[in-house]
Amino acid sequence: MRTIRFLLQKEFRQIFRDPAIIRLILIMPVIQLMVLPWAADYEVKNIKLAVVNQDHSEYARQLVNKITASGYFNLAAYSGSYNEALHQIEEDKADVVLQIPAGFEKNLVKENEATLFMSLNAINGVKASLGGAYLGSIIQDYNRLVRTEWIQMPRFSPETQIAITSSNWFNPLMNYKYFMVPGILVILLTMVGANLTAINIVKEKEIGTIEQINVTPVRKFHFILGKLIPFWLLGFVVLTIGLTIARLFYGIVPVGSFFTIYVFSAVYLLAVLGLGLLVSTYSSNQQQAMLLSFFLMMIFILLGGLYTSIDSMPEWAQWITRFNPVSYFIEVMRMVVLKGSSLADIRIHLLIMLGFAVFFNGWAVLSYRKRT
Amino acid sequence: MPAVTVEHIIKTYGKKKEVLALNDLSFDVAPGELFGIIGPDGAGKTSLFRILTTLLLADSGKATVDGFDVVQSYKEIRKRVGYMPGRFSLYTDLSVEENLNFFATIFNTSIKENYDLVKEIYVQIEPFKDRKAGKLSGGMKQKLALCCALIHRPSVLFLDEPTTGVDAVSRKEFWEMLKGLRQQGITILVSTPYMDEARLCDRVALIQNGAILSINTPAGVVDEFSYPLWAVQSPAMLPLLNELKALPFVKDAYPFGAYHHVVLNNAAAENQLHQWVQQFAVTNVQAKKITADIEDCFIALMKN
Repeated sequence: MRTIRFLLQKEFRQIFRDPAIIRLILIMPVIQLMVLPWAADYEVKNIKLAVVNQDHSEYARQLVNKITASGYFNLAAYSGSYNEALHQIEEDKADVVLQIPAGFEKNLVKENEATLFMSLNAINGVKASLGGAYLGSIIQDYNRLVRTEWIQMPRFSPETQIAITSSNWFNPLMNYKYFMVPGILVILLTMVGANLTAINIVKEKEIGTIEQINVTPVRKFHFILGKLIPFWLLGFVVLTIGLTIARLFYGIVPVGSFFTIYVFSAVYLLAVLGLGLLVSTYSSNQQQAMLLSFFLMMIFILLGGLYTSIDSMPEWAQWITRFNPVSYFIEVMRMVVLKGSSLADIRIHLLIMLGFAVFFNGWAVLSYRKRT
Repeated sequence: MPAVTVEHIIKTYGKKKEVLALNDLSFDVAPGELFGIIGPDGAGKTSLFRILTTLLLADSGKATVDGFDVVQSYKEIRKRVGYMPGRFSLYTDLSVEENLNFFATIFNTSIKENYDLVKEIYVQIEPFKDRKAGKLSGGMKQKLALCCALIHRPSVLFLDEPTTGVDAVSRKEFWEMLKGLRQQGITILVSTPYMDEARLCDRVALIQNGAILSINTPAGVVDEFSYPLWAVQSPAMLPLLNELKALPFVKDAYPFGAYHHVVLNNAAAENQLHQWVQQFAVTNVQAKKITADIEDCFIALMKN
């Protein structure tokens, strides 16, 4: 025990003496949490719309009004010729062209139907498909409006109508920040846990101090604990900073308890610290450790369900996510923060994470050698 | 009981064991001895030290340090040896005092307890005790590293090329310190590529390509040199060397400082050389008989 105390003392001294690490630990979460959630938003807004109005009727005007009033579209151009509008797309001044042909109102009134022409710039696929869908639903809505206007209101409606509307649970306003902030916090913890630990140990290898430690009676187990504990504690500092920012800037107060989050984080940090340790035993210099962590980080983030839903991944990719500790933590964070899950609800996640912790640390301890 | 025994140690590197670092090495070091391992770069000095300090496993052979086997009782050895690697490997971001304190505590001791042992060395760096180890000069770093290797009062001290890259004054000081430590009864194994330092050891092992060429006291090594040795000088050194090498009675000739050292085949050749020099008296060739140095012995052993 005495040895561990001295190892920890030395480790903390080194960490606090390195201004870069302190800055990284304090500033990284602040910046990432303050910037990323605003940028990572799936809702497509500000679609630039070019209207080719060849009808100039009351109905056409109403339709355009309705579209621009939806909030999703900005009227970027209003012209009389389709070619002119297409030119706007070519110059990237418009994303969507809506053509209202001549005789739109006449046809609608006389023949009870009329055609509209919609063309979408599909270079940005998401924007095109979502923009198309939005525009389609607005036009449909408009169509219904027009028809209800025409129907002579009877005392009792002869047609029964079933309207389907949806409401989002847990995040009723579909505020993407509620969704992103807990996820980004997970990534931050992972970076502090895995990368910092790996680089710290490899640094000792690189400058040769590990050699000097290896000829001392310090036991392998003590040395590893001396490395893990400081970063485990730093992980909690980052988590606390992150949760504070979530509260202050986004007003996110977990529906579940902080206790649940901290308990799971404790186990999670143990798992990622083990991973960092593992990376360090297989790397002989900081570059290797950096690249290896970067590689793992990419997989963890992209297959972790932070940006894309795991449920919409192909079957084989879903299998990979099951071996990704990040995906469990992101899920747990969202469950606790948005849904208010308790420890009992996340017990399976907790068990799996415990498994990860035992596996990574066990492997790392077995492969760490004081002699070659 | 010898402080260190090495028996038939073989160490190879590479997947196919193609690099032979230590080739059947055997020697003993007596307690309290200052034992020098002299050899050029790549001779296997560091491999040997890493095996003896339990950092590296040999392919075959046995070795003990302070009576403990380096494989089975490595834990005991780690408690009682001091190791100073060739590369400075203390924490550069900790101060002098913090480094020393750290290494004292992980050996379950304190600076105070063994202060008498390191005192002479530590007083020289004490004025800089709050300075980060990384900001020390080369000689200071060596002194600090020596203090850290000594702070737990080891019975055997391994110094891997402690004077490489250190200026001449610091080198001299360093060897003075080693002499002081020997008086405290600590067995010291020191490796060095510098032949002139061999003279300062009790015994030396000359090694090359992982094999021992000779083990003896510095005086004994010199005594083993049985050929007459002459130093020859002239204003045109390079042509002189070529001519000397071509002479039938010359065994070997090589540049050595301001002179060429000439090893002769036998005592009779001395007259022949003398006559040869007389012929060139016009071109100012000078020759004198000298006694061999360790370096001469090493060159002779290497070429055999």
